[in-house]
Amino acid sequence: MNQNLKEQLVILPDYFQGHLTLTLIALSLGILLSIPLGIWAAQSQSVKRPLLVGISIIQTFPSVAILALIVALLGGQIGVLPAVIALVLYSILPIARNTVTGLDSVPSDVVEAAKGIGMSSAQVLIKVKLPLAIPVIIAGIRTAAVWTVGLATLSTLVGATSFGNYIFTGLQTRNLVAVTVGSIAAATMAVVLDALIAGVQWIVENRNKSIEPSKYRLIRNSTGGVFLIFCIGTVYSFLPKSEPDFVVGGKGFTEQYVIAGLLAAELEKSGFDVEQRLGLGTEIVYSATANSTVDVYLEYTGTVWANRMKNSHNPGRELVMQGVTDFVEQVDGMVNVGALGFQNLYALAMRKDRALELGIETIEDVIPVAHNLVAAGDLEFFGRPEWITLRDTYDIDFSERLTFDAALMYNALDDRQVDLITAYTSDGRVAAFDLKILEDPRNAFLPYDGILVASHSASKNPTFMRVLKSLIGQISDEEMREANRIVDVDGGSIMDAVAYLQSAID
Amino acid sequence: MIELQNIKKSFDHGRSFVVSDISLRVERGQLLGLIGESGSGKTTTLKMINRLEEPSSGTILVNDENILLQSPVDLRRSIGYVFQGIGLFPHHTVLTNVAAVPLLLNWDRSLTHSRCEEILEMVGLPIKDFGDRYPSQLSGGQQQRVGVARALAAKQEVLLMDEPFGALDPITRVDLQDEFKRIQRNLNLTVIMVTHDMTEALLMADQIAVMKDGEILQIGSPKELLNRPDHDYVKKLIEIPRSKANRLEELMDSK
Repeated sequence: MNQNLKEQLVILPDYFQGHLTLTLIALSLGILLSIPLGIWAAQSQSVKRPLLVGISIIQTFPSVAILALIVALLGGQIGVLPAVIALVLYSILPIARNTVTGLDSVPSDVVEAAKGIGMSSAQVLIKVKLPLAIPVIIAGIRTAAVWTVGLATLSTLVGATSFGNYIFTGLQTRNLVAVTVGSIAAATMAVVLDALIAGVQWIVENRNKSIEPSKYRLIRNSTGGVFLIFCIGTVYSFLPKSEPDFVVGGKGFTEQYVIAGLLAAELEKSGFDVEQRLGLGTEIVYSATANSTVDVYLEYTGTVWANRMKNSHNPGRELVMQGVTDFVEQVDGMVNVGALGFQNLYALAMRKDRALELGIETIEDVIPVAHNLVAAGDLEFFGRPEWITLRDTYDIDFSERLTFDAALMYNALDDRQVDLITAYTSDGRVAAFDLKILEDPRNAFLPYDGILVASHSASKNPTFMRVLKSLIGQISDEEMREANRIVDVDGGSIMDAVAYLQSAID
Repeated sequence: MIELQNIKKSFDHGRSFVVSDISLRVERGQLLGLIGESGSGKTTTLKMINRLEEPSSGTILVNDENILLQSPVDLRRSIGYVFQGIGLFPHHTVLTNVAAVPLLLNWDRSLTHSRCEEILEMVGLPIKDFGDRYPSQLSGGQQQRVGVARALAAKQEVLLMDEPFGALDPITRVDLQDEFKRIQRNLNLTVIMVTHDMTEALLMADQIAVMKDGEILQIGSPKELLNRPDHDYVKKLIEIPRSKANRLEELMDSK
């Protein structure tokens, strides 16, 4: 078997467990919440409209935004709780709406007869309306189940383990095998769950009809069988897991995965049990470390300086570092363990031969020829404050400014369609295409030193801190670029890049 | 015995009355036909007797008891109710449908079963052939027979019927009318039957009350109505079956 595929399948039980747990908890809570809501809404027109409109509006919120909002409302808590809350919110609409539709579609004759023979309102609901509405309600649960399994992949973004870990890691590290395994696993779970509920639905719908008994038995028994397997899986998935000693966090791009892998590997060498929670959003991983859900992750000084401290000026690399160290300690109680050595900042990059031809070493050298040059930026650069600052600091403008997808941008530069691109200094493709990074003597670009930020509680552990400190200052721009290149350009695994960094450090 | 005293019903807080000041009395074992066009208030009047609607004012007595002082749920369990929509429970078998009220009344199991057997036999649907069927497996006429059986299963002595035969084809309707009349006599049922079909009323009822715009224009036996209609509208209603009968006679004579 392919080595990559084997690596992916080893972690399948863990991800399956995470995904199933999320799905089942969310779906059960969703059912428990939505059916009573639907019953309540079906009782009166004045409740029905606003309630259905309200839950439809929730549905229109982008799921990633809902996840981020919930994490914020929970004071930065990440993991299963915010994921389950979001999934429950999304499951309400199909179940509640179908409950209302199902109850409304019970023939009025039947309801009148039920009342007319002397059933109380509760008896009409329980003995007549609900049994007749059940097929429609179950159809809603099926829809919700499929949605929940699909959406649960997004839980990765808030640090809950799911098949999304495969997908997000795979997308960021160009590991299509991982993406495929994750997608197939999620799709399979959705199909099985849907078929299971469909079986229940069929049994419910046909309990009153004279169906050939052998066919009925076959479907009933196979549904029961799948259900049993599912129950075993569920019990297995709820078995308590051992709590890790430390949690390493990370944002969702290659460099973050590599450094998190390095941190985990180094901590494990010292005998710690380490869990990784990767692919988190910038805000989420910061808050999670502030409240000690995550114990350490790779942050960049410029990110904290601009996004959290809301600074727009650039006093230089040392002062930004100092300001960030003070800020994370004093405001959020975390510890800046120190800089790993490399930076990951926006810079201008050119082909080496083209730079030589024009005699360009720094951005200042670009000024006299800029009006003849074509520049390309990634999808966001020319909309970011960095571009405004660059333009104003150097009083520079280009003959043309093009916007590209990052991958295409490097190819365009290589094909000489453009003269100059915006790049991240640690991007592996800078190494792969052998590009020249232009120096920035006027400090137009904010420094983005890679620093290790540790949680308050973890920073109390001397062994933990000793391991982290042993990495400080050990990874140069070139080494980080090479590690990124191994994954992004060569298609190597994260562990290959980690191994490279470990050998470079020793 | 059913008695209505000065019953009024308004759906708009007294601005207009769907039923205005109705009084009538049905003796035990009698069948009263309540006839009128749609909007005359006949169905509303009927529904007030088992409190599916509440009267705005007035008193209703069933077997000399003021029903407005009883719990509506208990009241409805003691009064049979049959209507055009039938409203059998589609998820229950014929037997369970018929047993509905005895089950609500917590009757003993074997008593319930023997009573259902008896009443199904009476409406011509033997339990061994029909008990386990579902309503969707029955014809319209059979469904309404089950409807009648359900209304009588708990030995109700008072029965309210709202156009019970209205949706049936003519042959089935006549069969059921005859059969029901027989059952009503045998069980000595007190019945109010709403209909808009004067022929049906004339053939089945002991007394007929003609309603228009929420009022009763005339109450009397079929014979009295035929011979002494004391209102133009009643006269017109009587004319319909009479002229039909005359025309049919002419058709047969002209051969």
